[in-house]
Amino acid sequence: MLYKRRDFIKISGITAAGSLIVPSLLQSCKGTALSGGVSKYLEHFEVTPELLKKVILTAMSKGGDYADLYFEHTINNYSNLEDGKVNQASSNIAYGVGIRVLKGDQTGYAFTEIITPEAMLKAAGTAASIANDTGKSITENITEFTSPNLYPVVTTWEDTSIREKIPFLERLNEKIFALDNKVTKVNASIGDTTSYIMFYNSEGLLACDYRPLVYISGTSVMEKDGRTENASVSRSARKGAEFLTNELVDNMAQDVVAKTNLQFLAGKPKAGEMEVVMSAGESGILLHEAIGHAFEADFNRKKTSIFSDKLNKKVAEDFITIVDDGTLPSDRGSLNFDDEGNATENTVIVRNGILSSYLHDRISAAYYNVKPTGNGRRQSFRFMPVPRMRSTRMENGPHKKEEIIASVRNGVYVDNFSNGQVNIGAGDFTFFVKAGYLIENGKLTMPIKDINIIGNGPQALADIVMAGDDAKLADGTWTCGKAGQSVPVTLGLPTVKVRKLVVGGVNA
Amino acid sequence: MNTQEKYNLAKTVIDHALKSGAQQVSVSIDESRSSEIEIRDQKIDKLAESNRNSLSINLYVDKKYSSNSTNRMNKEEIRRFVEESINATRYLAEDEYRILPDPALYYKGDGEELNMIDKTIETLDAGTKINLARAVHDEVFNKDERIISVSANYSDSLSSRVLVTSNGFSGEFGRTGFNLSASVSAKADTGRPSDYWYESSLFLDRMKKEGIGKKALERTLRKIGPRKISSGKYPMLLENRVVVNLLSPLFNALSGNAIYQKQSFLAGKKDQQVASKLMTIIDDPNIPFAPGSRHFDSEGLAFMKKAIIEEGVLRNFYIDTYYGRKLGMAPTNGSSSNIVFRLGDRDLDAMVKSLKKGIFITGFNGGNCNGSTGDFSYGIEGYLVENGEIIHPVNEMNITGNMTKIWMNLTEAGNDIIEGSAARIPSLLLDQVDFSGI
Repeated sequence: MLYKRRDFIKISGITAAGSLIVPSLLQSCKGTALSGGVSKYLEHFEVTPELLKKVILTAMSKGGDYADLYFEHTINNYSNLEDGKVNQASSNIAYGVGIRVLKGDQTGYAFTEIITPEAMLKAAGTAASIANDTGKSITENITEFTSPNLYPVVTTWEDTSIREKIPFLERLNEKIFALDNKVTKVNASIGDTTSYIMFYNSEGLLACDYRPLVYISGTSVMEKDGRTENASVSRSARKGAEFLTNELVDNMAQDVVAKTNLQFLAGKPKAGEMEVVMSAGESGILLHEAIGHAFEADFNRKKTSIFSDKLNKKVAEDFITIVDDGTLPSDRGSLNFDDEGNATENTVIVRNGILSSYLHDRISAAYYNVKPTGNGRRQSFRFMPVPRMRSTRMENGPHKKEEIIASVRNGVYVDNFSNGQVNIGAGDFTFFVKAGYLIENGKLTMPIKDINIIGNGPQALADIVMAGDDAKLADGTWTCGKAGQSVPVTLGLPTVKVRKLVVGGVNA
Repeated sequence: MNTQEKYNLAKTVIDHALKSGAQQVSVSIDESRSSEIEIRDQKIDKLAESNRNSLSINLYVDKKYSSNSTNRMNKEEIRRFVEESINATRYLAEDEYRILPDPALYYKGDGEELNMIDKTIETLDAGTKINLARAVHDEVFNKDERIISVSANYSDSLSSRVLVTSNGFSGEFGRTGFNLSASVSAKADTGRPSDYWYESSLFLDRMKKEGIGKKALERTLRKIGPRKISSGKYPMLLENRVVVNLLSPLFNALSGNAIYQKQSFLAGKKDQQVASKLMTIIDDPNIPFAPGSRHFDSEGLAFMKKAIIEEGVLRNFYIDTYYGRKLGMAPTNGSSSNIVFRLGDRDLDAMVKSLKKGIFITGFNGGNCNGSTGDFSYGIEGYLVENGEIIHPVNEMNITGNMTKIWMNLTEAGNDIIEGSAARIPSLLLDQVDFSGI
């Protein structure tokens, strides 16, 4: 080990060798008195409870109803393989505190990248100006958040040298080339992120979290008869270096080679409306785009969502139950607490066909007078939190995959996607299909690729006429963008049939 | 930090990296400040201020390369940051193509003034900003009973970069930006249509401040009651604001990286016809007051004015130093500056009026393009046009095709560019586009 480190603050992102970071930082806050874990975080960010209270008082000095501080130290690493060699790496360190003040549903926000009393008090003063009144007193008591510890780490990324990542990228490269002689190019990368989060608010809540996140991805390019096709594969989780295994890499290689091969056989369907069968797993993009965003409560309290007047109304068939879950162990979308200090939960958004809950942040929960659902998320300390999804999926339905496919005369079966989008007010949503098949007379026939599918959220939800008993969560690297902020999410679905969507294609 | 302090820091970092084992280094120090105010339904919805700094260092160590950045600007920490990054870089594989650019290609500081910084940003107070947003909001608030919600947004930014390399480049770049926008949601029998309008400029006094709210309302109301129409091949009129959505796959395919990764349907097509003769695109970095203008690119290379496509013939790719060396091509700048499309004679209204039957597209919704093959498919919204009249809004439709073919069908370019945008592209008419609908 070249660099044994005793320092709290990780200086470099890319780790030369194993480095020593104080292990107790791995713990999240527990207990009632200020625990050892919390003290480490306070030390890490070089602040005291007294200073936190002083900053909050300044933030509330103009009559805000509520204020919070979000401390973050994030270390990002990226290593990339090209032409068979891992010859590029990059790293980034982000450090700072975001200060938010709420006055009713109004928000004042500022952040500083220098955590000194002066800089924090100045930012607090800026955020405070959303209100225009006299200051309020705050509680003297500090309550520590009890963490559920959803993503235990065996080997931290800080203790993992770049040397230990390289073999997995090389193996992925070799396996892909070995599986098919049409492969002419492979790119592979690993990105890992470690975040130290400390949260404190005007209610005296103090919460700390150690958030790991990793993805590995690979792209294969094949050439055949003058034609070039490519496909990509990616896996992600909130785990430490134990995430990287030969088995994972081998499985990815097989997956991407099969996907690329399929592209050579694929054509385009005929343009128009047809039945669409969504495969189990990453077809959960349907939920994310068709309804997930429109269920985010900021759009609903502002009445700009097409679902604004649908709470407690029937929106889907009885057999449909949809959840947005922030509590799945080691899931990319999970959080021990959300980015405004609320516990996460498994929120049922559609229960037996009835719209049962929106996805709330603190502002919208107060507006609707409900308990927050733990959906307040932000990209980093530089952004104010807004309602966001976590892991959005549908529970099992009553049908069999085979009977669902067999029920289609003329439609498409889709099972691989790259991206989607939604227009919240109009309800139109889309997802881009990287691979699928035509369904003709109940059977999968010609492969299809590179087509967009568009539908309308409430209509598509009502049009889910069959749902399989094979619910599956996708383990890909899904990142959701909203209001200029990206957050990691996951999604899942059993096989379902949508009665009618508009499928991109060609006209005779 | 003032500019001189940034230069000093960059030089200190370079010296330290060279002493610690790097053979070449480039350092950039970026700073940005921004503020944002949103007024929603009469109240200030949010006030936000941002102040960011970062130091980025590209290290070339024994033919190995890494790029590293941090926002912790403490000098002692930066020294250790450099040392640890160099040590880690040594574990990578060698890459003979990683080398700083040829100093002969660096910008020499002899460019004309580009007028990118509005000094008034330093003295603008919160009250002025709030009033600007409020005026946009008040143009429309309560002006129509169908309105559900009105938001008006003011934002400004000041960003600067100092770039220094160990083989002789040193330069600075800065710009300001101002934006005013409005978005309006309306109640309708089907859905809650919304739309927005914005104006932007590098200089506050050059920005159009009136009509933003009105335009957002007008665009929202005209979207009420959309219907999809039958699938088929139709002429497609693209509004200038959204043309860039369809052009971006073309630009992606022009990059050295895409060519090298075999994800470019334009690879090897230099001097070939790739679009209709009506397409001429110049990349022009020297337009005063234009947001894409710059004297040098992210590597320090002097930005060149160049033809990208001339009368449909591909003339230049975007090649940076690294992929240039890998591909055996001369570097041309790895990114675009201002995209200047040759204009036609008529405005958008005239183009609509002469359309017999077609779809006028005002928005895209998702979709993607396969870089290797050029196959694309996008969701759209817009209007059905018949005999020169807008008949009704359309939504929930896709367009699908291939990039190598669709641009051959460009039949007219308008004369309407958007002031204040780096994409100086007019509305365009394309024939024979595959639409999917009912």
